[in-house]
Amino acid sequence: MTTLQAQPLAVSASGSARRPARRRAGLAGYLFVAGYTVLLIAFGVFPTGYSVYLAVTNPRGQFTGLGQFTKVFADFRFGPAFEDIAVYLVMWLFLVVVLTVLVAVILRSRVSNKVSSVLRFLFYIPGALAGVASVLVWLFMLDPAVSPAAGLLRAMGLDNFDQVLAPGNLPVILVLIAFWTGAGGWIVVMYGALNNIPDEILEAARIDGAGPWKVAWYIQIPMISKWIVYMAILAFAAGTQLFVEPQLLQTASLNRVSPTWSPNELAYVFAFQNGDFNGAAAISIVLLAIGLLCAGLLVTRSGLFKLDDD
Amino acid sequence: MMSPRTARSRRSGRSLAAAAALVVGAAVALSGCASTGTGSADSSTPSAFKQAAQDDSAPITVWADSTRLPDVQKYQKEHPDVKMNIVTYDGSADGSTYLQTKVQLFDRTGSGWPDVVFASPTDVTWASVPTNPSAQAFAAPVDQLVPSSTLQGFATGSLSPCEVDGHTYCLRNDIAQVVTWYNKKLMDQWGYKVPTTWQQYQALGEKVAAQHPGYVIGAVGDTNSQESYFWSSQCPAQQLVAKNTLKVDLSAPDCTRMASLLDPLIADKSVSTQGFFTQGFDGSKVLMAVGPSWYGQYLFNSAFKTPAGQIAAAAPLKWDGESSTSTGNVGGGIWMISSHSKNLKAASAVVTWLTTSTDNLQDAPTYPAYVAGAKAWLANPANKDYFADDVSSVFLAAADEVWTGWSNTKFSDATPWSNAVLPALTAGKSLTSTLPAWQTAIANQAKSVGYTVVTQ
Repeated sequence: MTTLQAQPLAVSASGSARRPARRRAGLAGYLFVAGYTVLLIAFGVFPTGYSVYLAVTNPRGQFTGLGQFTKVFADFRFGPAFEDIAVYLVMWLFLVVVLTVLVAVILRSRVSNKVSSVLRFLFYIPGALAGVASVLVWLFMLDPAVSPAAGLLRAMGLDNFDQVLAPGNLPVILVLIAFWTGAGGWIVVMYGALNNIPDEILEAARIDGAGPWKVAWYIQIPMISKWIVYMAILAFAAGTQLFVEPQLLQTASLNRVSPTWSPNELAYVFAFQNGDFNGAAAISIVLLAIGLLCAGLLVTRSGLFKLDDD
Repeated sequence: MMSPRTARSRRSGRSLAAAAALVVGAAVALSGCASTGTGSADSSTPSAFKQAAQDDSAPITVWADSTRLPDVQKYQKEHPDVKMNIVTYDGSADGSTYLQTKVQLFDRTGSGWPDVVFASPTDVTWASVPTNPSAQAFAAPVDQLVPSSTLQGFATGSLSPCEVDGHTYCLRNDIAQVVTWYNKKLMDQWGYKVPTTWQQYQALGEKVAAQHPGYVIGAVGDTNSQESYFWSSQCPAQQLVAKNTLKVDLSAPDCTRMASLLDPLIADKSVSTQGFFTQGFDGSKVLMAVGPSWYGQYLFNSAFKTPAGQIAAAAPLKWDGESSTSTGNVGGGIWMISSHSKNLKAASAVVTWLTTSTDNLQDAPTYPAYVAGAKAWLANPANKDYFADDVSSVFLAAADEVWTGWSNTKFSDATPWSNAVLPALTAGKSLTSTLPAWQTAIANQAKSVGYTVVTQ
């Protein structure tokens, strides 16, 4: 979709005739990407390489093979941290994929344009808050002593903040925070994607007798499936890296939340409490491998980067 | 909006192969592996204390918590010629690892250490050994910097958390001996007698639950409640029996007696499962509290805003049939000097002044560990005006009764208690039934930082 839309624009801007776009290696192009590439190497590629090095050595720089990995796998906090994040990811991905698409479809086809734009704006607002600020908002929302929704919390049998923060509730709380901050942006993106579907196609479907739900299910959702995959990849990557939210909850709950709730927090504890940067690097490599594997699967299975005119 | 994100995903797709190759490469090369230890766990003796090049006029950086900040500022005011850079931080309270995190990083970058820090006793355990093979232990042995007569002036046993391998790595700021706090006004009004034994404490709790429901005689929901109750009960929850060997035995009678004493009180709600320091805790419903000497000013006066003249302290509770009393300790700060300091003279001077000067200690926010300072503190009416009775004799006696079997360990005892026990209590489980989970949590935590855990 992106490619289709972008190409005519580029052509008309350059003012050249309709001939196949050929790549010309001008200096300007390289200069434009140079700044980003240098920064990426310095702050993306080099640290990744360094952590791979750390993960297979010990503090004396001696090679340890997979020793660091077996050590962190055997740590008593490793299993629980990955279990926590798995439960969280399943809930979060399901919610973000199903709900944002559903809401976008409804906003696109079942709601008047004015209401739709107001709602999209409202959904987007929480996303404008930084992660930390949104956690603070939720700390108030979830504390029955100060929450505007205290009645609702009490009705659920949660009379104080400690009960709200029971270990079993944490994935739900973190999904709530993530959805509240993240979903609005994705709803807007999905809405934009739906706008790309030509009206003729929708009209043709209607003439063929498809109702709104059939149109959504057989026309709209399949036509934005790449966007959905793209959203799933980014949501998965952000989800596995969960850190700030549980870390702040841990502090705010006066330690009741485990300091190693998520794998990223565990890596942090390894590095900065145990002074074990090598073990921490091993955990982050595991996270990297999981993230790349899932992204790779989704990309290849969905043909995300296949150009439509190839 | 879309293109940068698409570009990122494309790149990560390509590096998938590269990363996979690296991981596989590491997997293939399994032979000839060296130890995966961090060095700090391996090294048994601290590396020798090598002083940095000294400069008597070099500025010193002091890290203090907000409570001790005025003391440091007072020193600066009285000694304007000393160039000081004062930084406020969390003071390592409630299991915070901010200081440790920062020192780990300074050790890797080779600069940035503060010269003097206020910290918690737990910090001595990591600060007295190098954090990595090429680092020098952060804490300087103060026995090589201050006269031994100074060290001898501290209350009995108060420097023991500072002592590692025959050296003293910190000076104790304050002691937090656990005493029995009570609201004298309410006790008198209701005709209750202040308990002197744990059994009387339990009986009183049951009476309060029946006659004045809603009032509490204690709370177990704070991150440090285990130090008030189980430490006082002489429970071997974390007892160093040899170097790097930790005895963890929560099935010992000294632990189970406290759990079974508290369980009925938790059940009838005369002991709260919330923490005293939980947001919104109703201080007007606190009849009694088993807790440290600083509860008086910091809990009742500052947090609960209980009017002056109501709160009093009694001696720590003892067990029926036991002749001597043991009590717990909740916190109590320490001061450490950086072994990297360029001006050890100025750093030692400020630490000595902060911990031993009667001029400073008579107005100290908490009960001083230095005996002469403690006496001056108790002689200062401002420290006692708030209370309904004179707390001096209670504080002085309790300071010498702190049980030494609850060892200072490389991990904070707040974490296992808060993670394993408190959520279970909140969910309505009994303290006795959570002892096995607590045992496992302590043992796991201990093993992860290199202790051998035994139960005998």
